[in-house]
Amino acid sequence: MPESSPPEHRASTRSRPSAVALAQSWLPTVRITILSIVLALLIGALLIAVSNDDVLSKFEYFFADPGDGLWAAIETIADTYWALLNGSFGSGAAIASTLERAAPLTCAGLGVTLAFRVGLFNIGAQGQLIAGAVCAAYVGFTWDMPPALHLVVAVLAGMIGGAIWGGVVGLLKAQTGAHEVILTIMLNYVALSILRWLLTLEAFQVPGSNDPKSPVVDSDARFPDLLGVHSGVYVALLSAVVVWWLLSRSTVGFEMRAVGANPDAARTAGISIAKAYILVMLLAGLLAGLAGAQQVNGHEDPLTDGIAGSLGFDAITVALLGRGTPSGTVLAAILFGALDSGGRQMQAATGTPLDLTTILQALIVLFVAAPALVRGAFRVRDREAGDAVLAKGWG
Amino acid sequence: MGTATVIESAEAPVAVVSPAERRRYIRVVSILGVAALLQLWMLVETADGDFTFRAQAASAEQDAIDLTLGGPMLATICLVITAVVLALVAAAPALRRRIGAVAAVQRGPLFVGLAILAGLAFIVGFCVWVYSGQARTEPLPMTNPLAGTLEFATPLALGAIAGAMCERAGVINIAIEGQFLVGAFFASVIGTIAWSPYLGLVGGMGAGVALGALLALFTIRYMVNHIVVGVVLVVFATGTTGFLLDQIPDDKNSDLNSPPILETWEVPGLSDVPVIGEAVFAQNLLVYLMYAAVPVAWFLLFRTRWGLRVRAVGEHPRAADTVGIRVRARRWQAVLAGGVFAGLGGAYYTVGSTGAFDKDASNGTGFIALAALIMGRWHPVGAFFAALFFGFVSQMQFQLQILQKIPTELLGMTPYLATIVAVAGLIGGRAKPPAADGQPYEKD
Repeated sequence: MPESSPPEHRASTRSRPSAVALAQSWLPTVRITILSIVLALLIGALLIAVSNDDVLSKFEYFFADPGDGLWAAIETIADTYWALLNGSFGSGAAIASTLERAAPLTCAGLGVTLAFRVGLFNIGAQGQLIAGAVCAAYVGFTWDMPPALHLVVAVLAGMIGGAIWGGVVGLLKAQTGAHEVILTIMLNYVALSILRWLLTLEAFQVPGSNDPKSPVVDSDARFPDLLGVHSGVYVALLSAVVVWWLLSRSTVGFEMRAVGANPDAARTAGISIAKAYILVMLLAGLLAGLAGAQQVNGHEDPLTDGIAGSLGFDAITVALLGRGTPSGTVLAAILFGALDSGGRQMQAATGTPLDLTTILQALIVLFVAAPALVRGAFRVRDREAGDAVLAKGWG
Repeated sequence: MGTATVIESAEAPVAVVSPAERRRYIRVVSILGVAALLQLWMLVETADGDFTFRAQAASAEQDAIDLTLGGPMLATICLVITAVVLALVAAAPALRRRIGAVAAVQRGPLFVGLAILAGLAFIVGFCVWVYSGQARTEPLPMTNPLAGTLEFATPLALGAIAGAMCERAGVINIAIEGQFLVGAFFASVIGTIAWSPYLGLVGGMGAGVALGALLALFTIRYMVNHIVVGVVLVVFATGTTGFLLDQIPDDKNSDLNSPPILETWEVPGLSDVPVIGEAVFAQNLLVYLMYAAVPVAWFLLFRTRWGLRVRAVGEHPRAADTVGIRVRARRWQAVLAGGVFAGLGGAYYTVGSTGAFDKDASNGTGFIALAALIMGRWHPVGAFFAALFFGFVSQMQFQLQILQKIPTELLGMTPYLATIVAVAGLIGGRAKPPAADGQPYEKD
């Protein structure tokens, strides 16, 4: 939109709802989400029971002594979920671990969320995150700088790296009409290949070693601890606020949402679709790059080819669960961080595979997205909660 | 790029060149230009010596067939081909008014043909450079990539066809990767229990259909955003197969997860055809099923009443409903039919190639199949060719790895880069999905 846009477009013109109305409008969503989690846990419980050898052996004489089998099943399920809860919120360390896992998920998830709001399906958080991690790590372990500045420069480098990787997608999409799904999928692989290649170079390896593993970043380029968690957590929260402001209070955000809601109408109104695509992919990459920086600057983790793990894909699920809003994305990331953190404890304590948490994550998102199913399962009546704008098609 | 502008003249009607058209022209010409420059550089770097292409490896019945040509000579030929294509495409707008036929070079089949020609010339020139200057007394010949190409392409084509079935009916299928994973897992488990890879295939199909049923249930019955369901089903399939695999104790692995592998069948007569026979007609059942799947899917979608209705539902469900087509039923059928193909594609990763299921056995190829579907413009035949293209480049990078001229890690990204160049550079234009793709349908 040209600079002379009328002021009423600057922010959404809806009047602010009162606190009560706000709570009422949120209630169904909260209830559906909680019920979805319960339903997912119930299905997870079933999986735990039927796949546990001990329980199964007791079910072999189920008809002779049904109590024994049921009791064993309940005990196993309770043990597993207790370990899951304990590992995610049971202690200060557990909560810190949950939050620290949630931080990069928040940032990368916000990137996916932003792209969704413009109608782009950004599967490329993985590649953008890798690009960011590479840049942040390189600055972190090679450059020599004063403490605070070093961290800032390293994180900025990560954000720029991610922004470039994401911006390429926006540019190609705007210029050539190539589909962003293809571009982002392919660029994920390209980023991973480049990372693997870099790790074979001496510049990226621990001196005197031949392992595909970088040195850890200097201690002065690490996020300092603050109230028990590394300060990257606060950066993640701050970025959620910034994204919220951008989407709902700024002109640029208004234009982005307009493009996402109806590109043809937006074009007619004089909004440049190409500009929106490029800008949103730059920002999405920037946020994913920030997530990458948190991966290498958060702890003493070296750069390896597994640095991104499945973060980039989890970010998509987080964004979907967050229903396209920054606050939802933060909450979804915390839930996923908790499942991830607790899942490790669960695996260590009870031997239940970590994949159980992946299943739970999938089920929760699925049920939240299908409120009719959840309402049917629990026989509750609610009016339909409004659906957020997401990428609805191939565009 | 002054040539792109149309010269105003009084007598001839002025052709209007849109900015998009001009950008495309600049893009195509610069890509071809870069390709020609790279080839020139490779030609300079190509060491003297022969380049041997082993079109057919020696076997019990047949001798090896080698094609040998001087390396620099071949590289020069390739460079000339690329240069001629570049010149033709670059000069097309200027010549368009004088010689009408030249305009065809810019678009349509002729352009595609030229682009493929230039691409092949580039690849051959590249191979000549990579294979030249080997520090061996007997330089390695380049082996025929056809068999490997087909093997890479088989699951991709099957997955992309599955996607075409769903999306032609208006259901976006991002869950192809998930269908691959469950297909691979259950093909392995059922193949092991029944001790038959063919029953394994049936198991894989069943699993693909089952995941398809979940996709249909949530997108059609519960009208959940299709992309949400697709992504979630991939996560769900990854988690479930990983979880179940971990729950198989080590000592039970041989009872549950070590299936027999499909054996190779030689088509009598055809497999003896020199050069291509061995590669195309001495494969396992799954590859033959893939050959069959392409025309079958095309016939189903474009030559039957069922297919016409499916496509109508994907383009304009309201209109289809008005004339009495049952929209939801057709969508269910199409998604389940797609599941058969995707499940087979998944089975390739266990009973079709390596045997036992490993975590993430399909390694993201379901997403490549999705890309092939879009590249092939939601058409089974187009998707097949896109899958072949990807398979070919994957096989090439795989073969070139042993020469170690380029770091393996960098070579690994060529299939993905090639896809980006093809999609963003040469094909361009907006691929148009079915009009109602991803739209839920609710009766008023």
